[in-house]
Amino acid sequence: MGSIARIEVTNGNPVAALQGFCARLLADGEISAVLAPRRLPVGGGTMPALVADPEQFRDVDPLAPSFRLNAARMLTRLTRGADEGGLVAALLRPCEVRAFIELCKLNQGSLENTLLVSLDCPGAFANADSARFPGNQGDTESLLGFLRAGGQGFFGGVKVARACRTCQHPTGAEADLSIGIFGQEPAKGLLLMANTPRGEGFMARLGLPEASDDGSRAKALQGLLEQRSAAQERLFAETTAATSDMTGLSTFLSACVNCYNCRTACPVCYCKECVFLTDVFEHKPWQYMSWARQRGALKMPTDTVFFHLTRLAHMSTACVGCGQCSNACPNDVPVMELFKTIAASTQKAFEYEAGRDPAEAPPLSVFREHEFTELTGGPD
Amino acid sequence: MQELNVMPETQNVPMPGAAFEPAIVAFVCNWCTYTAADLAGTSRMVQSPNVRLVRMMCTGMVDPKYIIKALLGGADAVLISGCHPGDCHYINGNYKARRRVKLLMEILPRFGIDARRIKLTWVGASEGNEFAATVNRFAAEIKELGPIDTRNLPLL
Repeated sequence: MGSIARIEVTNGNPVAALQGFCARLLADGEISAVLAPRRLPVGGGTMPALVADPEQFRDVDPLAPSFRLNAARMLTRLTRGADEGGLVAALLRPCEVRAFIELCKLNQGSLENTLLVSLDCPGAFANADSARFPGNQGDTESLLGFLRAGGQGFFGGVKVARACRTCQHPTGAEADLSIGIFGQEPAKGLLLMANTPRGEGFMARLGLPEASDDGSRAKALQGLLEQRSAAQERLFAETTAATSDMTGLSTFLSACVNCYNCRTACPVCYCKECVFLTDVFEHKPWQYMSWARQRGALKMPTDTVFFHLTRLAHMSTACVGCGQCSNACPNDVPVMELFKTIAASTQKAFEYEAGRDPAEAPPLSVFREHEFTELTGGPD
Repeated sequence: MQELNVMPETQNVPMPGAAFEPAIVAFVCNWCTYTAADLAGTSRMVQSPNVRLVRMMCTGMVDPKYIIKALLGGADAVLISGCHPGDCHYINGNYKARRRVKLLMEILPRFGIDARRIKLTWVGASEGNEFAATVNRFAAEIKELGPIDTRNLPLL
């Protein structure tokens, strides 16, 4: 158990308290800039911004339940091969931290060059719903209500995204520092917890008052996880039933227009050139004709099921369940449901969990001479 | 130039009463199983004609997408066959293939694709008899299983 400090909240405004916390981080000689969610001028919600001037923290809002994109990819751009010497402090949601850890394992970013700061995450609204929640427009009272409820229930007539309602990792314990919100009175104070030696080092220097854990956070977290586990089980059961055969899967994906937005939004789909953008699977007219004659009818564009199955094979072991695939889908294809369900079983098959531990090698990057011999059914 | 149609149309319109003839795509490595297939052929061993070989330099380069594409595009089954563990020409390509097949075995059966339609075997260069036996056994198994239902799927 690492050390715990208290982030005092004044005037009932936790966002201002976290802006102050960001300014403290930036004042530390080792931090060269802070990557944090910043309010958009219109439409509500936030987008990540790299802040180098403390004046600019006035628009930073790490608590707004807005999750327009997974910032893990942004952080890889700031840390890969960085040689300036300073660290980028990044305020990320827990799923962004876990995606970043996956990307670092794939040599896309570097944990060495960043201070990861995460927070207890009650969830966020889908992009389409984001503006309907007043807390995303700077309304502090709505935000406080949302934080107290742990994101459970309806806000402005909408619920947080289904990926968030079924999330099993809402605490950011994988980050260097994490901000405790669950079970706290957000109008009065939040907790700051150090989870790594780097986090401990910063904790000692930040000069925040020490705090103790009175168990209220663990209790709130347990209640939240119970609800979310049940919701996840329902999601798995529903998705498995709907996709139990190829006809079911193709019906499930039938609204897909092959725009590949899900792949673009996916934080762990990191290939510079995706095979689906190349001519590897470019078919000749006779091929389409042959399929159409064989099947009677052929949905165009083709290779929709193929695309999703391939993506499941390529990255489901790295899927952190952030739900950005569904967030980016223009046609409400339940992509997240499919990926979350399959990822749970592929990760279990390799006793792996995406984003859990930077030292854990991705399943398809390691192999042993004696393993899975049941596949060939022979002695070797 | 005339394109080579690997699935002639006539094949997909079986004669009434004719037995089902499966199409099996086999990804075999250049150094072991392809050589074994060559040996089986030159030794005039009787082999089921249902298998279409794709020669790869190594099973380690058989990306899951090729297996998926074959199963969606009309193949009733896919065989991946390479060198025995310890014998890979590229040291560990066969171990990578094994992990990828393990991965696909977790994914495809969940969507109703029978796991028996994906087979991984190790056949060494000198094992022509083993190759013929593997192919014949596999073809018989798939005949018994019947055609894959993706053949009639309007959405690939």
